[in-house]
Amino acid sequence: MDLDLVRKDLLAVAGEVREASAADAGGPVPSFVALPGSTDEAAAVLRVAAEHELAVVPRGAGSRLSWGIPPARCDLVVDMSRMAGVVEHSHGDLVARVQAGARMKDVRATLAQAGQEIALDVPAEATIGGVIGSALAGPRRLRYGTPRDLLIGITIVRADGTVAKSGGKVVKNVAGYDLGKLFAGSAGTLGLITEAIFRLHPLPAARAYVTAEYVAVSVACDAVAAAANSPLVASAVVLARAEPSGPIRVGVLMEGSAEGVAARSARMADLLGTGTATPEPPDWWGGAPAAGAGETLVQVSFWVSALGRVLDALATAGAQAQVSPVTAGSAGAGVLYARIGAQAGAGAAAEFVAVLRSALAAERGGVTVLSGPASVREALAARGGMYQALPALALMRSVKDQFDPGHRMSPGRFPGGS
Amino acid sequence: MTSTASTSTGIAGAASAGALAASLAPAMRAICGDADVLTDPLELRTYECDGLTSHRTVPALVVLPETADEVAGVVRLCASAGVPFVARGSGTGLSGGAVPHASGVLIVLSRMRKILEIDPVARRAVVEPGVTNLSVTQAVSPHGLFYAPDPSSQVVCSVGGNVAENSGGAHCLKHGFTVNHVLGLEIVTPAGELTWLGDGTGVLAGYDLLGAFTGSEGTLGIVTKVIVKLTPVPEAVHLVLAAYDSLEAGGRAVSGIIAAGIVPAAIEMMDALSIEAAEAAVHCGYPAGASAVLLVELDGPAEEVEAELATVRSLCESAGSREIRAADDPVQRAGIWAGRKSAFAAVGRLAPAYIVQDGVVPRTALGDVLARISALSEESGIRVANVFHAGDGNLHPLVLYDDAVPGEAERAEVVSGAILDACISYGGSITGEHGVGVDKSRYMPKMFTELDLDTMQLVRCAFDPASLCNPGKVFPTPRLCGEVPGHRRGPHPAAANGAEIF
Repeated sequence: MDLDLVRKDLLAVAGEVREASAADAGGPVPSFVALPGSTDEAAAVLRVAAEHELAVVPRGAGSRLSWGIPPARCDLVVDMSRMAGVVEHSHGDLVARVQAGARMKDVRATLAQAGQEIALDVPAEATIGGVIGSALAGPRRLRYGTPRDLLIGITIVRADGTVAKSGGKVVKNVAGYDLGKLFAGSAGTLGLITEAIFRLHPLPAARAYVTAEYVAVSVACDAVAAAANSPLVASAVVLARAEPSGPIRVGVLMEGSAEGVAARSARMADLLGTGTATPEPPDWWGGAPAAGAGETLVQVSFWVSALGRVLDALATAGAQAQVSPVTAGSAGAGVLYARIGAQAGAGAAAEFVAVLRSALAAERGGVTVLSGPASVREALAARGGMYQALPALALMRSVKDQFDPGHRMSPGRFPGGS
Repeated sequence: MTSTASTSTGIAGAASAGALAASLAPAMRAICGDADVLTDPLELRTYECDGLTSHRTVPALVVLPETADEVAGVVRLCASAGVPFVARGSGTGLSGGAVPHASGVLIVLSRMRKILEIDPVARRAVVEPGVTNLSVTQAVSPHGLFYAPDPSSQVVCSVGGNVAENSGGAHCLKHGFTVNHVLGLEIVTPAGELTWLGDGTGVLAGYDLLGAFTGSEGTLGIVTKVIVKLTPVPEAVHLVLAAYDSLEAGGRAVSGIIAAGIVPAAIEMMDALSIEAAEAAVHCGYPAGASAVLLVELDGPAEEVEAELATVRSLCESAGSREIRAADDPVQRAGIWAGRKSAFAAVGRLAPAYIVQDGVVPRTALGDVLARISALSEESGIRVANVFHAGDGNLHPLVLYDDAVPGEAERAEVVSGAILDACISYGGSITGEHGVGVDKSRYMPKMFTELDLDTMQLVRCAFDPASLCNPGKVFPTPRLCGEVPGHRRGPHPAAANGAEIF
């Protein structure tokens, strides 16, 4: 590759281009970082990338760049930090159009002026594009869903630089295919997200956290199901267990009017048996899944009716592999995350995952390693890999081939094998 | 209902065009059984249209498979013979999405109507595609649960059809659309293979093909099982009716409710013409002489609904209501809803023929668009009755005409099209819930660029490169799915290291 020529071509179209460092792509060190200031600039950058056959990795805040398998190649990082605006907030329509590089904290501040929000409990530093690309959601997914459920319109740039949009700025709209769904969770492998339109919700006037602690797994499972299935309408039902066979904490988030939340949390506390209600979250209340340096983050998805078997399987896997992960997550929405510390050996972490998968093989759902150090990824390669089985893999490969025929968008990151 | 934009293919035409498809009948009988394959022209004709009767095409062959394996066998046969196929649920669609192909096979899923599993703890049910929408709710109600999407045809429409159309309903403002309540699909791909998209957990592994498939109007494959999310039945439901002297005043009440941070389960509005029609049809007892009737339904925990009800009443009053009624028991609520639900059929009494339009505008543009519709009506002399989901800006103007008057049908069609143009000019959509089908594909280029449509069709090419699955729907021009251009470099990643990689 003629780096000088590539640099010259990129500089001609992107507002800003800089040399890259190891921290830019979460894998191989790219040659350049381009920072487009508009969808048109982003399209021009991707056209240059196509001409020079560059492998491209989109980047938001970078907090989940290390998730999945690191890209096999990366020549160019497209950093979205210059596209960080709330373009339109139509509060009377409960809709906002936001650029992909916008940070959640800035979007929140703007929308809060009209008492509204994008109902996702994700980190303040995360960007809109990163949240969509990694399908990131916290415990409130029980009531509001995940990014795909709140996204009503999207603008993307294809690998060849073609700009396309789908959906629009009305919540109710069934015209055409919904590309937003396809790009939600696509991890930068299909194209570049430049802009998104979200449906908004009113900010709740009041919140309360109802919490209880259980020793018996079956009692805790009954509490989770009762809370999630209650017409009291919980926004979140979380579970936290500091060690695989330890006591189980259950927390329920109630949102609404001040009077309503007070009455409903009292009733929810009764439903949980020994529950207590507080206006602030307990210190063990988790947000969106996150892993620290060297940690292995394992996602277990399941039907809530199988929660007891999932907790048993986690305990069995922990005992057999001799690791003691912290388990937490949106139990009421059927997803838990086991976080294995950096001190655990790679073989032990891989053993944990393999035992867990085998124990849950008959259940609906899956076990996916969202993030892990290179040593764990290598140990997993011989034990079923990072991703859960994908029945529709052939269709997913076809979609990838159609959108990115040169396999230049975050190549190698996603499950699949093409 | 009728429309001038009709297509029709006679039996004679279909017979010659469909010779290849008809020749598959013996093989189809071997798959589905003799009784489940129809070739008689009169029987074929009963399937010539769906709920939009202005588009009619007699299929070459009709099959009624009873299992997912039979559907897969039928599709494999079509795929290997290069014969187009179209799936049909209950046939209640309003955009011609299930209009058969003249040289193709119509796959009717109405015999697949078993509820396979109900898991009240996980709040999930697994159903076959021919199961009707309302019967899901009926089956799960003993557990205190319901299936939230409630299109107005819910008594007859099928869950599989709801998936194809991403159906909404009056309560989708708060509860969401089919796509938010379908967490897994077993499908037959256009190549005839059975596979699953989503596993019912709500956590999607790999690409969200479940979301892309839902609402694709039967163009990406055929649904054979559906895992739906169930919702706890609300503790309290209150319905408020407010009558106004103008649509504008009703609109002010709606704006006030949204600004107060309340998301009602439903907000519906009817204009004078539709109120008059509903009154004549079902004697719903709406306030006489009202120019607008607003219905606001609140549901949720008792304490929240009580608080919201007080706010909604006061906002409705301050917007200038001439009368307010509130109902919390099911019978009273049903009585009030009866007027709204009868509106489409009732308006049919006002004119010999009408077109049901389905457009969307940002809610705050409703006033402007209604004024534009009113102007269009005056200019053309074509009456338009307005019934709309005021909370989400989804309009259902009913364009009335007399098909016995020469030229009136054409003028009605012009007015109907101009209403969609108005919706687009305000940043809205050409369809909020009825779908594009054959009826509106010609409007797609007004809403999307050629490149937008080309990009959407990449998905089509990934699923159905031969374009045999419900061809001619949604997109005005099909995309050729030839060899994909582009270069590859380096070894195939999977070949290189055996890892699971894209």
